[in-house]
Amino acid sequence: MIEARELTKRYGDKTVVDHLSFTVKPGEVTGFLGPNGAGKSTTMRMIVGLDSPTEGSVTVNGRSYAGHTAPLHEIGTLLEAKSVHPGRSAFNHLMALAHTHGIPRNRVAEVIELAGLSSVAGKRAGAFSLGMGQRLGIAAALLGDPAIVMLDEPVNGLDPEGVLWVRNLLRGLADEGRAVMLSSHLMSETALIAEHLVIIGRGRLLADTTVDEFTREAGGGGVKVATAEAARLRSLLAGPDVTITSSAAEELLVSGRDAREIGAIAARHGVALYELTPQSVSLEAAFMELTRDVVEYQSAPAGTGRKAA
Amino acid sequence: MPNTALRRIQRPGRRSGLSAAPDPTPSAVPGTAYKVTGIRVLRSEWAKFWSLRSSWITLGVAVFLLVLFGTIASYTFDPDATATGGPGGPGSGGGDSTAVSLALTGVTFASLAVGVLGVLLSAGEYSTGMIRSTLAAVPRRLPVLWSKAAVIGPIALVLTTVGASAAFMLGAPGLDGERIALSLGDDGVLRSLAGAGVYLGLVAVFGVALGVLIRSSAGAIAALVGILLVLPGLASLLPDSLYDSINPYFRTVMSSSVGGRGV
Repeated sequence: MIEARELTKRYGDKTVVDHLSFTVKPGEVTGFLGPNGAGKSTTMRMIVGLDSPTEGSVTVNGRSYAGHTAPLHEIGTLLEAKSVHPGRSAFNHLMALAHTHGIPRNRVAEVIELAGLSSVAGKRAGAFSLGMGQRLGIAAALLGDPAIVMLDEPVNGLDPEGVLWVRNLLRGLADEGRAVMLSSHLMSETALIAEHLVIIGRGRLLADTTVDEFTREAGGGGVKVATAEAARLRSLLAGPDVTITSSAAEELLVSGRDAREIGAIAARHGVALYELTPQSVSLEAAFMELTRDVVEYQSAPAGTGRKAA
Repeated sequence: MPNTALRRIQRPGRRSGLSAAPDPTPSAVPGTAYKVTGIRVLRSEWAKFWSLRSSWITLGVAVFLLVLFGTIASYTFDPDATATGGPGGPGSGGGDSTAVSLALTGVTFASLAVGVLGVLLSAGEYSTGMIRSTLAAVPRRLPVLWSKAAVIGPIALVLTTVGASAAFMLGAPGLDGERIALSLGDDGVLRSLAGAGVYLGLVAVFGVALGVLIRSSAGAIAALVGILLVLPGLASLLPDSLYDSINPYFRTVMSSSVGGRGV
């Protein structure tokens, strides 16, 4: 379990991570999402103690990372794929890490096998393709049989077969009761793997939700209604939480009421509808909608931070 | 289907896996087998050192230079040159040349090689990103630093002492019959050869320190060359009073006093 409490990181007067609190629970996959530069990598670096927080704290299984006697057994991480000396072979790289914890040689062979690197284990890591480097990073993350697996952009550079492999692997790890956290800037990809979503923008928490809930909310893209009596229907549908916009003379875009409700109201008042279409929003679009404000912020002049979510 | 099953080590106080895959019986392993210890970090650094081709090459170059220059200096030694005070490299031109100082002619060059070796060991990790993996495995940083020093120091010490002795023995026939000829058994010879090894071992550790401080291979190597070779020369431009108080602290001078006999 990873628990971040009011985690903050400033570089000079630039706040990269801003009072971020979230929990990564065992037995589920948590997607850590945000546009580029949102502070995802910095947050992950703070979790494993590569950066120290300016304020706040983060614990891994109840302790700070450096407080563990066998950190690789608590949390396995893939931060940047090329955290490897290019002159060392994949096997020797993993073996060097294994030595620090007294992890036996057969465990190293096991993760090499698991990551599909058996045929290239003796090759210098510098000669690896992006995808193979990523597999080596994942092998290193799994080396210590960790209770938590944390991967930064794990599917970067992988071919479709590799993406599927990562997806199944992470699913399997979570099903075994481990906590899995993966970062991404791709909502659609993450939604396929994760159950839980932590979305950040400009270092702030924008949403801490589940994929199901996010999908449901994303569905609230409004309902398109076409009728000859647009003005009359408009007044019939009006309500406290309802907004209605119109793009053409006979068309209305209603949000705040679902298609069923609108159909019923129209039928009750004898308004003929030509079209009644729920406007579904893709997850990617919903994600962009959610993060639009924080992306816009970056080009806006400095001002007081508005709570974005 | 890709295999996702992983062997689980049972940990006390942690719930067992939820998978249908058979779990090892609880408490089969007493406690957690995995633990970071000082010895294990040392073992890891040892393995890291020898698993890089650059370590072998740089170490080989250091010993090779030591033997080559030492031997050549002994064979080309010309007692008459001392009278004219001719140019010649360090150790070969001075009037106080001995068989030992000639054998140690290559120390300056070897010191650059072992210094670079030390730099590569530490700064090389920062340049390549390996340091992230290293510190993820050993989040307390000092054991990593001590281990690097404890690996490179003795390795450099032992191999360069052997190299210096080899240079001395290979050069001995070249000085046969000369006034300055010495044998291994002579007073202070072994001490001087081992002293050269100690000096070179310390230079390697110094390289590790520079590498950690500067975190860039190129920058740390430049600093190393500057400190070992350029700075002592620059200091001689200082007024005598200042120079006399600074000079004893230069490492190259230390090399003369640890390694050079009777200096």
